[in-house]
Amino acid sequence: MNLSFFDQFLSPSLLGVPLIALAIMIPWLVLQTPTNRWLNNRLMTLQSWFVNRFTYQLLQPMNLGGHKWATILTALMLLLITINLLGLLPYTFTPTTQLSLNMAFAIPLWLTTVLIGMLNQPTIALGHLLPEGTPTPLVPILIIIETISLFIRPLALGVRLTANLTAGHLLMQLIATATFVLTTTLPSVALLTSLILLLLTVLEVAVAMIQAYVFVLLLSLYLQENV
Amino acid sequence: MHCCQPADLTPRLFRVRCGVTMGKAAVPLVKQMLLDLKLIEVPSWTINRLLFPKSTFHAICRGRDAYYKKYIDVKKGGIGGVAMFLMGYVVISYIWGYSHIKNDRWRKYH
Repeated sequence: MNLSFFDQFLSPSLLGVPLIALAIMIPWLVLQTPTNRWLNNRLMTLQSWFVNRFTYQLLQPMNLGGHKWATILTALMLLLITINLLGLLPYTFTPTTQLSLNMAFAIPLWLTTVLIGMLNQPTIALGHLLPEGTPTPLVPILIIIETISLFIRPLALGVRLTANLTAGHLLMQLIATATFVLTTTLPSVALLTSLILLLLTVLEVAVAMIQAYVFVLLLSLYLQENV
Repeated sequence: MHCCQPADLTPRLFRVRCGVTMGKAAVPLVKQMLLDLKLIEVPSWTINRLLFPKSTFHAICRGRDAYYKKYIDVKKGGIGGVAMFLMGYVVISYIWGYSHIKNDRWRKYH
């Protein structure tokens, strides 16, 4: 039987239910709602601090019309960061390594921002296709280029998240396999590779958080243009 | 004088059963505790409580709230509550994917 390193991205099923269903449901269990008490417990205080800080940071540069998106953007950020970080635990499944899920997040939200811009302020929305100060001979080509870049945005959003997480997981598995195999033959080299693995794991934790933030930040930027 | 209807086994979700004695209030079958049921009502109770999504959802919510109140919503909470949950998640993921993982065992020839 041929074992491939990509087998980790296949969602295993138990009694017909794939593990991805559990993995997507877990953030709902992890993230609790703070109660109406004056002082919550420590975990809720930390969570509330993080959510408030993040929402403030995200919505500060935005117009009032974009503030309607506060709930959905913060919820998306919490979901992505929880899914990404939980995927770093051993034997767990990371749903965001699946392109289908990330495109399902990216395309509807991007399309909503574009439609909001086109319906509410069509002149301004179309005006974004030509940056200010462009020399006249370049105008036709630049409009084509900007249109292409507009349509590539959801693809870039989805693929960025998928590729970063998939590459990270794959790299960790590769280096872990190398360490494991080298332990019996060349222990000193195995020690070096295990050090690399440790550093890579730290990097993966950072990447997990940053990629979730970048996804939501870019969406908020697209919203800012159109609102 | 009490109204006494025979226990009906037709699958109707929230059938109200009249109390056998005068003092007992009528409680829907689904909302009764397991130990308060008559034997003949257990199968329909089980089907309603386990197979329908709404009941399963409420059961998960109750479980989550109980865990939260016991281990996390305490005066001086530490890492223990969250760590136990994450360990449980890892174990469940391992069990879930065992048929897939067992092919990755350390063996001489793959």
